[in-house]
Amino acid sequence: MSFMSYLISGISLGSVYAIIALGYTMVYGIAKMLNFAHGDIIMVGGYVVFIVTSTMGMSPVVGILAAVVVCTILGVTVERVAYRPLRDASPLAVLITAIGVSYLLQNLALLLFGADTKSFTSVITMEPLKLAGGQLLISGETIVTILSGIIVMIGLTLFINKTKTGQAMLAVSEDRGAATLMGINVNKTISVTFAIGSALAAVAAVLYCSAYPALTSQTGAMPGIKAFVAAVFGGIGSIPGAMIGGILLGVIENLSKAYISSQLSDAIVFSVLIIVLLVRPTGIMGRKISEKV
Amino acid sequence: MKMAKAKKNFWQGSGLTYGMVILAYILVEIALKTDHMSSLMEGLLVPLCTYSILAVSLNLVVGISGELSLGHAGFMCVGAFSGALFSKIMKGSIDPTVSLVIAILIGAAVAAVFGILIGIPVLRLRGDYLAIVTLAFGEIIKNIINAIYLGRDVNGFHFSMKSEIELGLGEGGETLIKGAQGITGTPQASTFTIGVILLLITLFIVMNLVNSRTGRAIMAIRDNRIAAESIGLNVTKYKLLAFSVSAALAGVAGVLYAHNLTTLAALPKNFGYNQSIMILVFVVLGGIGNIRGSVIAAVVLTLLPELLRGLNNYRMLIYAIVLIALMLFNSSPKAIEMRERAAEWFKKKRQAKEA
Amino acid sequence: MKRKILSLTLAAAVAASLAACGSSGSTSTTTAAAADTTAAGGETEAAAEEGAAETEAPAADGATWKIGAIGPLTGGTAIYGQAVVNGAELAVNEINAAGGINGYQIEYNSADDENDAEKAVNAYNSLKDWGMQMLVGTTTSNPCIAVADKTMADNMFQITPSGSAVECAANPNVFRVCFADPDQGAASAQYIGEHKLATKVAVIYDSSDVYSSGIYTKFAQEAENQGLEIVAAEAFTADSNKDFTTQLQKAKDAGAELVFLPFYYTEASLVLTQADAMGWKPMFFGCDGMDGILGVENFDTSLAEGLMLLTPFAADATDDLTVSFVTSYEEQYGGTPNQFAADSYDAVYIIKAALEDAGATPDMSVSDLCEALKTSMLNIKVDGLTGSGMTWNEAGEPNKAPKAVKIENGVYTAME
Repeated sequence: MSFMSYLISGISLGSVYAIIALGYTMVYGIAKMLNFAHGDIIMVGGYVVFIVTSTMGMSPVVGILAAVVVCTILGVTVERVAYRPLRDASPLAVLITAIGVSYLLQNLALLLFGADTKSFTSVITMEPLKLAGGQLLISGETIVTILSGIIVMIGLTLFINKTKTGQAMLAVSEDRGAATLMGINVNKTISVTFAIGSALAAVAAVLYCSAYPALTSQTGAMPGIKAFVAAVFGGIGSIPGAMIGGILLGVIENLSKAYISSQLSDAIVFSVLIIVLLVRPTGIMGRKISEKV
Repeated sequence: MKMAKAKKNFWQGSGLTYGMVILAYILVEIALKTDHMSSLMEGLLVPLCTYSILAVSLNLVVGISGELSLGHAGFMCVGAFSGALFSKIMKGSIDPTVSLVIAILIGAAVAAVFGILIGIPVLRLRGDYLAIVTLAFGEIIKNIINAIYLGRDVNGFHFSMKSEIELGLGEGGETLIKGAQGITGTPQASTFTIGVILLLITLFIVMNLVNSRTGRAIMAIRDNRIAAESIGLNVTKYKLLAFSVSAALAGVAGVLYAHNLTTLAALPKNFGYNQSIMILVFVVLGGIGNIRGSVIAAVVLTLLPELLRGLNNYRMLIYAIVLIALMLFNSSPKAIEMRERAAEWFKKKRQAKEA
Repeated sequence: MKRKILSLTLAAAVAASLAACGSSGSTSTTTAAAADTTAAGGETEAAAEEGAAETEAPAADGATWKIGAIGPLTGGTAIYGQAVVNGAELAVNEINAAGGINGYQIEYNSADDENDAEKAVNAYNSLKDWGMQMLVGTTTSNPCIAVADKTMADNMFQITPSGSAVECAANPNVFRVCFADPDQGAASAQYIGEHKLATKVAVIYDSSDVYSSGIYTKFAQEAENQGLEIVAAEAFTADSNKDFTTQLQKAKDAGAELVFLPFYYTEASLVLTQADAMGWKPMFFGCDGMDGILGVENFDTSLAEGLMLLTPFAADATDDLTVSFVTSYEEQYGGTPNQFAADSYDAVYIIKAALEDAGATPDMSVSDLCEALKTSMLNIKVDGLTGSGMTWNEAGEPNKAPKAVKIENGVYTAME
């Protein structure tokens, strides 16, 4: 019985990682850059919802919409100002600017909102699901997060495979030069990618902060890096992979805390990641990269 | 073509790099002797050497070998802890400077062993996957060190991964490594002179390696692995060589770091992925593959937040903006073009004046 | 303002020189030389800047006290550093308004250490350049240990408001306002044992944090003496400090009646929320780091109902001192002050008491001041926010009684 409850808490933690990883992997797969600022866009989203719902007292729906709008604008602006000028430079250059943007957002939030922790009110009012006569508890946040994850996953897959913009994204991710020759506006496509990725960050912010309601300027740092791990775990660029990677990450983290050592759970999680990558060098759902001579 | 140009500059440049370091050393020593240096600057001298060594050694992996490593701070951490542990055990029984020299050798050796152990499995991976695995190793090292308890009493050494109590130290026992608190009471033996010597040795090792047959093989593998393999180069061997030399040098920097402060703990701030990324920032900003650039970037970016202290709360914000602006100015194709045009314009103007 | 502009130009100069060098090796000779001169220029400019700051100093009769404070003002622990810096500033302003110490006004400055030992030493050096005579800091343990050795080398008086690791106050020139970690761990176990609160105890602690693991170690030792059984000791780390359900579940399965939480309130607010979601209601017991949980903006305080903690300071105490401190803190900085702010506020008043006891004047050298203060610290008795009748011993440890409080109806209530 206790195994089941560890598993469930692992899945709820993992579902949060998964929803963050979905946005991450999207940008990662198409723009081919490690967007270290993704976690901080989540933090911004968290603050927007907090201000709209708790400080201004408006309904959570307004808060979520505001967060989506703010994050989308922020994501697109950051891409335009900080990443686009480096499109043809070394990929590492963009990585460093992303880190700069991450510092910038964290310190801006620190100045604007102060250092003290804000307690986020969960926007999810769903009652927890009780199983096995109240022995097992699945919180409303978990259920909503998993459902949103699945919806986002299906939505993204359909979007990429069925729409023209989605196909353009695939083309850009496959071969930027060839995509340009095919008449695809690469800049516009990447802007759209960032817009969607950041909107997903806003959704992730709402769910993440509902599940773990302590909001500070550093809120985004750890989930950002965990989402990166989850995305690689599942296979970079693979949308179902991000979902699976995220959930697996949460489950491994919690089971190792429960059964091996709570002190060393970080090390165990990362060790599993390394083993997975050594066996499957492109992640669980990743595609095999063919070598070009 | 770009390669050929870089190589020529290397030959012109390696002497210049040493000269630059030595000149800086002399200037600093004069300022120190004549009391013209603020305490802040004086305190920063050793860290500047530490970060320069780290940047140069990471450049060997990222620039010369072409692998993205995000775990450099992990090697620094291993070196720092093994070196500091030695000095702590030996404290009082041998001269601090001798102890530091041995500690540096130990730090380098242990970090190199870790470099080989980690390098063998991970160097099979490519690009971002390699990056994440090195990041993971860095985090594992940090996490494990935070759980290590090591003590010593009359019965010898005691070790535990759980807590200080489990060491069961006898009368007069001493805890050497105390979990999250790490090692305290390391002798402060690092000096600017030692730092500069280590930096020069690092530069010597890296620049000679780069300009040797081995270095050319490493760069050939970076530029075209398959072609290099087909002419019979042992890819794994060369990659591993670069990786472990870089790790050893990071270990040296770690020992220097550990002996500059009396407390050594594995925190996210000093040995976590943030630090690895910070070193990567030095490398990228200084120019990938450009050794001298790494030193300059490390110095400038370490000084920058300290010089911004007058801004109080806005310090880190301005730092972030400067970092982004520098990257854009330095790397974006448009800015490079603009800079070239400006240089051209100046040249013309000067020529016009001369004529 | 002037300093800001200077710093900005400096940054621009550094930036420009760097940009000139970074573009690959093609323009090597000239750029490297340029970089060197700029670096040297940077140093003199920095020195000039400090000189300017010193001459600008307002003076009553030519001399002022110079007190500096250090803490993490940015990054994940900024909340504690800002509290320390604000608390000290508040005390300095009050003392200045009331005529200063021994008739001399105080100048105050603070520096950011980012919760990093190396940065803390830099922060200390920058304050030294400013002319600091006494240090209130640092806020967190590891940086504090590093700085304590530097202050000892300079023989500068240091009082740490909240550096709680034993080693922080090991040097003779360092005194402490808060309790040392082992004291808190032992006191907590004794309190639980003597009041027979529970016999089966679970501990959740942050194994990557000195404060938390230090308290846990001593607690576990003392628990044995008190007949307490530790049924579960579960750790978490700074990298995974959001989800505590597994640790709570293990504690619950082990049949714990009381859960000891020796860490800060940001994480504790999550623990309480998650325990509530699990429908588990054991007793919770915290340390001084727990203080502030009621001040978390928007926190549902009903979750903290019944929480017990040993803390020297409670923001809603009704004595005059606390009330006036809390009111002026809220006015100036917004938000309820936590224990860190109270500790550093006390630290400044402790310095004042010791300076008055020694009859010191600001024209004394840093080292002489330190020697005078070291002696006076043993004589003085201070009534502060974090304890009344506080005295110090030669080891630099305060002698004061921890107060146990329980949260009832959303407010602290004193316990026996």
